[in-house]
Amino acid sequence: MFQGMAQMSRDVAIIGVGMSKFGELWDKNLRDITLEAGMYAIFDSGVRGADIDAVCIGNMSAGRFTGQEHLGALAADMGGLGHIPAYSVEAACASGGAAVRQAYMAIKSGEHDVMLVLGCEKMSDVNQSQAMYTVSVASDWEWEGMFGATFPALYAFIARRHMLEYGTTEEQLAMVAVKNHKNAVENPWAQFRRALPLEVVMNSGLIADPIRVLHASPVSDGAAGLVLCSADRAKEFTDTPVYIEASAQASDTLALHDREDITRMDAAVISAREALKQAGVSIKDIDVFELHDSFTISEIVLTEDVGIVEKGQGGKAVEEGLTEIDGKFPVNTSGGLKARGHPIGATGVAQIVELVLQLRGDAEKRQVDGAEKGMAVNIGGTGATSIVHILGR
Amino acid sequence: MVGIVGYGVYIPRYRIKTEEIARVWGEDGEKLARGLGVFEKSVPGPDEDVATISVEAARNAVKYARIDPRDIGAIYVGSESHPYAVKPTGTIVAEAIECSTDITCADYEFACKAGTAAIQTCMGLVESGMIKLGLAIGADTAQGRPGDALEYSAAAGGAAYIIGKENVVATIEATASFTTDTPDFWRREGEDFPSHGARFTGEPAYFRHVGAATRLLLDKTDTTIADYDYFVFHMPNGKFPVSMGRQLKIPKEKLEDSLVVRQIGNTYSGSSMIGLARVLDRAEPGQKIFMTSYGSGAGSDAFVFRVEDAILERRGEVPTVDDYIARKTYIDYSTYAKYRRKIKALA
Amino acid sequence: MADQGGVAQVWRRIRSIYNIQGNHCTTCDTYYFPPRLVCPKCRRKGKLEDYRFKGLGTVYTFAIVRQAPQDFKRQVPYVVAQVQLDEGPRLTAQIVNCEPSSVHIGMRVRACFRKITEYGHGGIIVYGYKFEPTMRVTGHD
Repeated sequence: MFQGMAQMSRDVAIIGVGMSKFGELWDKNLRDITLEAGMYAIFDSGVRGADIDAVCIGNMSAGRFTGQEHLGALAADMGGLGHIPAYSVEAACASGGAAVRQAYMAIKSGEHDVMLVLGCEKMSDVNQSQAMYTVSVASDWEWEGMFGATFPALYAFIARRHMLEYGTTEEQLAMVAVKNHKNAVENPWAQFRRALPLEVVMNSGLIADPIRVLHASPVSDGAAGLVLCSADRAKEFTDTPVYIEASAQASDTLALHDREDITRMDAAVISAREALKQAGVSIKDIDVFELHDSFTISEIVLTEDVGIVEKGQGGKAVEEGLTEIDGKFPVNTSGGLKARGHPIGATGVAQIVELVLQLRGDAEKRQVDGAEKGMAVNIGGTGATSIVHILGR
Repeated sequence: MVGIVGYGVYIPRYRIKTEEIARVWGEDGEKLARGLGVFEKSVPGPDEDVATISVEAARNAVKYARIDPRDIGAIYVGSESHPYAVKPTGTIVAEAIECSTDITCADYEFACKAGTAAIQTCMGLVESGMIKLGLAIGADTAQGRPGDALEYSAAAGGAAYIIGKENVVATIEATASFTTDTPDFWRREGEDFPSHGARFTGEPAYFRHVGAATRLLLDKTDTTIADYDYFVFHMPNGKFPVSMGRQLKIPKEKLEDSLVVRQIGNTYSGSSMIGLARVLDRAEPGQKIFMTSYGSGAGSDAFVFRVEDAILERRGEVPTVDDYIARKTYIDYSTYAKYRRKIKALA
Repeated sequence: MADQGGVAQVWRRIRSIYNIQGNHCTTCDTYYFPPRLVCPKCRRKGKLEDYRFKGLGTVYTFAIVRQAPQDFKRQVPYVVAQVQLDEGPRLTAQIVNCEPSSVHIGMRVRACFRKITEYGHGGIIVYGYKFEPTMRVTGHD
């Protein structure tokens, strides 16, 4: 029986990663950037197109942003991958993480051996008003968005309560942006490769008090790709596989107003706890984190919810440098959503790309010394979905 | 006898001063305000219209009347600025105050007297026994073309009256109307702003109709000015009703309490009905009120009310006209232009 | 032109958005707004009955929106908040009839009736609840 289980349940490795540039990619359309990220991942992995069994794409809203759905078939077609199964998955801003997890489960179950995972979003082809609408359907549109609660407003709700209950300061909200911009300077794929002085963030325009424009992740185009493979075959293709040691997902109420405590994302608490259990490690064993900083307040909240610091101490964590690259718990070495950019469906995949580079020792000037384990937390909406992955060398 | 079971008003919070409008058009604001008898006017917020004003006024009226809204058998909303050209405002009100579906409903338009026509309709339905209670509303978010004289007075507000036979706070003793075909003010289908006959709106229009309807009802009831404690006339500005009072030899103090136009402007279908509400807010049982509305096009409805004892115990339930007049925030012309959709490029 | 934008989607929710009609689970005595199809606490054991909220509550948290989609532009800056209704649940709504700078957590508010949005210039108008400060003029001191 036990042996049977072990046979059915296989370990999964990441053998290739690829990214398109993140940013406003005026001269490229959705299929260009998706193909680009996929090709880089395939080249990086050493697999041939014929080795790939299936494609899974994370995407939130290509239909609204570009008028195109049915991205699975599109990707298989563009990549010349023939008649293999291909599909997209949606979980708002956690669509990328959901795609990683779907492929992980498909390989783990034995259904597929080698899979291409993609995440993509092309947001700049619509005007700002349409982009805001499309993003806000990740909240409870009928009971939040329609009544004038923009996405920044919902995070302002969280920030204001966090400030009231834990004394989190405007300065701490700004410091997350400063740190992530500093990290992005060294990330060649990042949308904003420039440092931001604290006073610039603190004096940036208010978009939904107390949220300022420089507390928010930008509108971005971009794609990211991974090649996943069953662990027993990983060494056929690469000498530096990175293993998915845990994959966990949890949900919460769609509307923020239905949560008892909005300063906490229960889905993140539960999925992080579950992931640590699966991997058999404690939070102290994690060397590098990618936490979903769609707004700077969410990085602060997640720093607490995954257990890096006690509830309420997230602001202090950034202030004291705990989450810097050379800190005890480096968070968002890539620049995070804030500075790497946040092409919605691509984000969850890009987080994994960053962790793989860190664990391989390929993160160049943003390398965390000797990183062996990494955690990615990908959030959908205002915390209605949380997907956590733990990777290890 | 049929009467008012309850009433409620609503006046938006924003105000613009006559001087502020005059500043934009290079006029002498102080002089203009004095001449017009309008010192400031109410302006609806960007999310207010005749439906929202009607609902707020109707909710106040229902609370004041202490009735079950399911007993209302008819709703008529009088306005010249219904939010939809086709699709009734009244059904929105019915749903929002939780009436039953066993109800008849229609929207009225007769320039500034559509609301008093609604009162008369409800009186007939109640008297005939067709309905137990009727809800008559007069509300407007009146627009004047930028730079036109109307811009100084066209305001927003509304009043709702519940008409019935039981527990009335004021009995409606009589009503009469005077109606002719007089095109003094109009708005063609599809036009954003009304047009008017300027000085023609005075003598052959307002004064002729208000005067005739008033005299007609005095004759019909065999009463004289001396028999009434209060008079309420439609208030296109602060000048016309006062001048009408002078022509009819009404002592100034009998008109004074109704002159809300000075602080809120001309609320069109809401105008005489808000004036009446302000009088009802202070009148004593046994006192008598005479009201004459005016609607361009043209016609006047005159009413005689007798205040009943029940009025004393109902007061304090809902905001008074003065409460709403006192609640105000001044805006400048540019904010006014933004709120009133006078900036056309903003969709 | 057949412009059906929002028509049925709004119409079927009119009771709730005009009059804050939610429901109440008599099994666990919990009030829900917006109305739930299933009591998430009791699931199949739950018994849900319509309940019309009184429309009084307290500001739990809020934002002053300064960057808004096209149809809210005329109102910017506006306050949107989570209002904790006296019966328990929270909802998301605009706070009107006051200066944005005067809104604070814990402020008492009551429901009022406003225009929520419009489906374009020729489309339907959506009406519903917003909240305003309680004060003498609203009938609540």
